[in-house]
Amino acid sequence: MSASPMIEVENLTKRYGGRAAVRDLSFTVKRGEIVGFLGQNGAGKTTTMRMLSCFMPATAGTARVAGFDVFTQADEVRRRIGYMPEGNPLHLDMRVREYLKFRARLKGLSATRSRERVDIVTEQCGLGDVAGKVIGTLSGGYRQRVGLADALVHEPELIILDEPTKNLDAHLTRAVRQLIKDVSKDRTVFISSHLLPEVELTCTRVIIIHEGAIRESGTLDELQRKMSAGQQVIAELAAPVPDLREAWEHLAEVEHFDISAAEGDFHRCALTPRAGVDLRPQIFELAKARGWPLRELTRTRHSLEDIFVHVTRREQEEP
Amino acid sequence: MQPFLTLVRRELGSCYVSIIGYAIVAAVQFLLGLCFVIVLRALNGKPFDVPVTEAFFNNGLFWLVMLLAPPIITMRTYALEKSSGTYETLMTAPVGDLQVVLAKFTGALLFFMSAWLPLLAYPFLLKRFSVDLSQVDTGAVGGTFIGIFLFGGLYISLGCFASSLTRNQIIAAMNAFVLGLGLFLLSYLTFIVPPKAGWQSAVLSHISMIEHMRDFTRGLVDTRQVVFYLSLTAMFLFLTLKVVESRRWK
Repeated sequence: MSASPMIEVENLTKRYGGRAAVRDLSFTVKRGEIVGFLGQNGAGKTTTMRMLSCFMPATAGTARVAGFDVFTQADEVRRRIGYMPEGNPLHLDMRVREYLKFRARLKGLSATRSRERVDIVTEQCGLGDVAGKVIGTLSGGYRQRVGLADALVHEPELIILDEPTKNLDAHLTRAVRQLIKDVSKDRTVFISSHLLPEVELTCTRVIIIHEGAIRESGTLDELQRKMSAGQQVIAELAAPVPDLREAWEHLAEVEHFDISAAEGDFHRCALTPRAGVDLRPQIFELAKARGWPLRELTRTRHSLEDIFVHVTRREQEEP
Repeated sequence: MQPFLTLVRRELGSCYVSIIGYAIVAAVQFLLGLCFVIVLRALNGKPFDVPVTEAFFNNGLFWLVMLLAPPIITMRTYALEKSSGTYETLMTAPVGDLQVVLAKFTGALLFFMSAWLPLLAYPFLLKRFSVDLSQVDTGAVGGTFIGIFLFGGLYISLGCFASSLTRNQIIAAMNAFVLGLGLFLLSYLTFIVPPKAGWQSAVLSHISMIEHMRDFTRGLVDTRQVVFYLSLTAMFLFLTLKVVESRRWK
């Protein structure tokens, strides 16, 4: 039972009319992972999440949650997931505690059990102060916590959060992010976002989706390694510009270079290698041979943002 | 069963915390009070040859309440949930589509019936202050309530159906009202089409709600009418269920 992955998606396709919102999606999420589902607006994130949460069926392909098919065993799946839709819709006329209790009962918890769980999630999500307030009067940050508490109240194995920090200010985003980290210790979390720092900070693995298809997937390190081929090397050397220019022009592996002045006698050279070579040893040898003082030699690491832009642009150029 | 009861409670609760809920109750009380005054005036010192309940319900005010209240009660059932997005949290909870449909219907119907409850006090008021106690017949009062219940069930189910079709509450209420009014106005065909022996007038008399209500207010509960209302209610609930399920076909 626990051996089966939390989410198994195979060739999942969803068409609206003639247009495919999601095409041939296949991925798995193992138990205990925090996976970020990254894509631009309209990339198919919400559609995928709606299919996983049994809100609507796929046009083709299968999806399994905890080993249960989302279409044929929807009730089993629903019992096991806590889903917070995009925009975090809540019943604004209800009080926080009343709402959580209603949701707990709706999800099949007994009266005593739901009371216990509501107490726990209220505490966990920091809702103690506002438990008696009407949801409509709460600020965005508190509403987000209510949504999260609702997703957690029945102790789901999997939490699916669609854009959990949308429209929150930086401070609240941080608070909600911390909350997600806290609750993810003993369960699987699947988060969608179009915000990169979000995913970079909370997730162990990233799936990048673009125009309904997966472009990249892997841990942050894996993605960075994959992308590091062809990465720029920055070298700061104390040498006259013509000498530097001459040196780089004679180095066959350098495809492109850029020299700018840095403070003191130093010049900052940004070098783009040909065919993914790591230029650093050669530059070091060169500097040693010519006796140029070298004070920095780094290979730029791609941030997730670079990867994302790269991946989605490549797709746009292809057709 | 538990999700069903939880949902019914939620539906009822949302009626009682909203201003619209109280506005409906107040409007119903006002119109019923007006009906009562009319009946009292009619009773005042004159011989009276029809049951009080019939006099009470045989005026336009009663039908105004009957036709206006259900669309307003039911307009929010689906339309509000769809526009606010809570429909998604509802439908991704482990609840069946049928349970949702039945719970929303039951909640709205219970609220509708609760708005009529003060009506029960009227017969006692009449008994208390009237000299002629024979005016109020328990059977007639019971029949009247059965009639209100059946009629309410039909109009609430129709309202739920109208609400499930849209995400705009106003459009839901308008659709429900127009559909309901159309159904009601069929009653007037019996007055227009001259009664002849033949299937046409037989059909018309079977679908005439005014005539049904006259029977109910006389304490006459006819199986044919009960079947008429129950089957129409079931039909609209079935249609609502299909609309709710339709998100799976799209």
